[in-house]
Amino acid sequence: MNSYIKYLLKRVFYMLITLWLIATITFFLMQFLPGTPYSNAEKLSPEQIALLNKQLGLDQPVIVQYGQYLLNLLKGDFGISFQFKNQAVSNLLGGRIGPSMQLGIQAIIFGTFFGTILGMISAMKQNTWVDTTATLIAILGRSIPNFVFAVLLQYIFAIKLQILPIAKWDSFIYTILPTIALAMSPLADSARFIRTEMVEVLHSDYVELARAKGLSRWEIAFRHGLRNSLIPLLTLLGPLAVGLMTGSLVVENIFAIPGIGEQFVKSIMTNDYPTIMAVTILYSAMLIFVIFIVDILYGIVDPRIRVSEGSRG
Amino acid sequence: MENVKKTQAEINQIPASQFEPLEKNTAIEREVISAPSLSFLQDSWRRLKKNKAAVFSSSLLLIVIIISIVTIFFSPHDPTAQNVNYINLPPKIPGIDINGFNGTAMVGGQLVDKYAAANVPDDVYFFLGTDGLGRDLLSRLFMGTRISLLIAFIAAMLDIVFGVTYGLVSGLLGGRVDNVMQRILEVLSGIPNLVVMILMLVVFKPGIFSIVAAMAITNWIPMARIVRAQTMKLKDQEFVLAATTLGEKRSKIAFKHILPNISSVIIVQMMFSIPSAIFFEAFLSFIGLGLKPPTASLGMLLSDGYKTFRFLPYQMWIPAVVLSVIMIGFNLLADGLRDAFDPKMKE
Repeated sequence: MNSYIKYLLKRVFYMLITLWLIATITFFLMQFLPGTPYSNAEKLSPEQIALLNKQLGLDQPVIVQYGQYLLNLLKGDFGISFQFKNQAVSNLLGGRIGPSMQLGIQAIIFGTFFGTILGMISAMKQNTWVDTTATLIAILGRSIPNFVFAVLLQYIFAIKLQILPIAKWDSFIYTILPTIALAMSPLADSARFIRTEMVEVLHSDYVELARAKGLSRWEIAFRHGLRNSLIPLLTLLGPLAVGLMTGSLVVENIFAIPGIGEQFVKSIMTNDYPTIMAVTILYSAMLIFVIFIVDILYGIVDPRIRVSEGSRG
Repeated sequence: MENVKKTQAEINQIPASQFEPLEKNTAIEREVISAPSLSFLQDSWRRLKKNKAAVFSSSLLLIVIIISIVTIFFSPHDPTAQNVNYINLPPKIPGIDINGFNGTAMVGGQLVDKYAAANVPDDVYFFLGTDGLGRDLLSRLFMGTRISLLIAFIAAMLDIVFGVTYGLVSGLLGGRVDNVMQRILEVLSGIPNLVVMILMLVVFKPGIFSIVAAMAITNWIPMARIVRAQTMKLKDQEFVLAATTLGEKRSKIAFKHILPNISSVIIVQMMFSIPSAIFFEAFLSFIGLGLKPPTASLGMLLSDGYKTFRFLPYQMWIPAVVLSVIMIGFNLLADGLRDAFDPKMKE
């Protein structure tokens, strides 16, 4: 157990280095950019510019600015948005985390749930038309870009059939289409994953024993197959979160959802550098955190991993 | 064939002198391999040919690639030539008289011949219509496919160069070097690749070069990991030991002995990274970080089509279908190759 704690501490250390690296890369990349926060404003005299520079700390050498920037990051201060003057980036983004989170969580739940069912059915009916259909759905889900899928859903359900709202963020009904669009790749990935795991489990000795005991096929599938396949599914959550983040950028835009992704794309369009930096760091921090949590969870649900990881570290 | 019809009695009548004993050679016969012996590649090729999905997708991709190359020289129209008189024309294909493909479109509930309205000469056809600047969509589709594939291939090649070198060095040298290289990899892999790509493109303005560079910087990490793992597995095997004993240089061992043995893994990984590069290119275009017009890529066509999607949906559907088909093709082929190279992987 002691070695496990050591392992966790090592992971936290790496997490912090990664975050610091991202913050640093972001800062120095932004130094390359032309323009200043007030280059769009009316003509300013050199004195005014010097004054503003002093106010914003831009007259300091880069290394001092860098230190100040890191300190501000620790305080959660991402500076002032270029696009919306006098609005702190942290305020701008703060209100937008909610919708993004809700969509992401809904999509993960929806996607992994149906993906698991799909994967399970195709493992049970291996090499039949059911399996082929499920595999086909998984390949389509993996291959069709989620923004194409989002537009397709919008076209069918909102424009042609007119049974679901086309865009906006209001009640639950507005979240259905974006959730499905986002859930496609988690669905495909988990279906594929569960199928491989299940097939392996179904060929193992303890399933053989369960069959000899006289349990029915589906009882075996749920009691033994599914349980043992779900643990490895946890490892998939990290990559899924990355995929969801990518997806949310466009899906939020297509469905006009006031989330972080939509703001990010807007900021890219308007060259709102402080916001771009903030979202970059925010996204990275969230992802690193999710992957870390998944690792810890994995160690808790499967003690074998804890032992082996611990002995390694 | 007459011999076969002989009855038992007739056979008995054949004099013994006409029979001749076969040479007894059981020791050799037992060892004879009846099927031709296959090399690793031949064997994989045989398995791949059995996989219908892989054969279908690889021929499809081959056709797509050939078309995209041939149309450099034989494009139906100039893909970048704008013509303000011919904007947003619907598809018109010679010899086909179905609404939607004969140059007519619904305007205010009435079928109107848009080609006549725009004064297009009778012998000018735009098979897939034109876009908002009067450019031929089919020609742009060819160009877009070409550019998207080009970006994907270059990005995949760079992945191989970086990833394989890093993985080989790290795996083969081992010890402290490996330790340091792995720690670096661990930190780098924590950085979400999309974020780095977007940052790179915000700073260095989008173009084929910067898009490829942005992808290469982030996407070689999985390749390096796989190559390292495989190298570690192989380097303790007898043939490497033999080569070392014979005084072979390390670099030669890496390229002559280890690399060929892990080539299948590299190919499969590359086949998976091509569709992901195509996806990222389309994705970046869609959020406004794509190539500069008039260059077309599938992603650019998609995002252009999306702008007028409510009124002219076909301008988005056509590139969307092509993009999806290419992605499905590469994914199926990659799956097929993986199963063909390593039959144990398949349940």
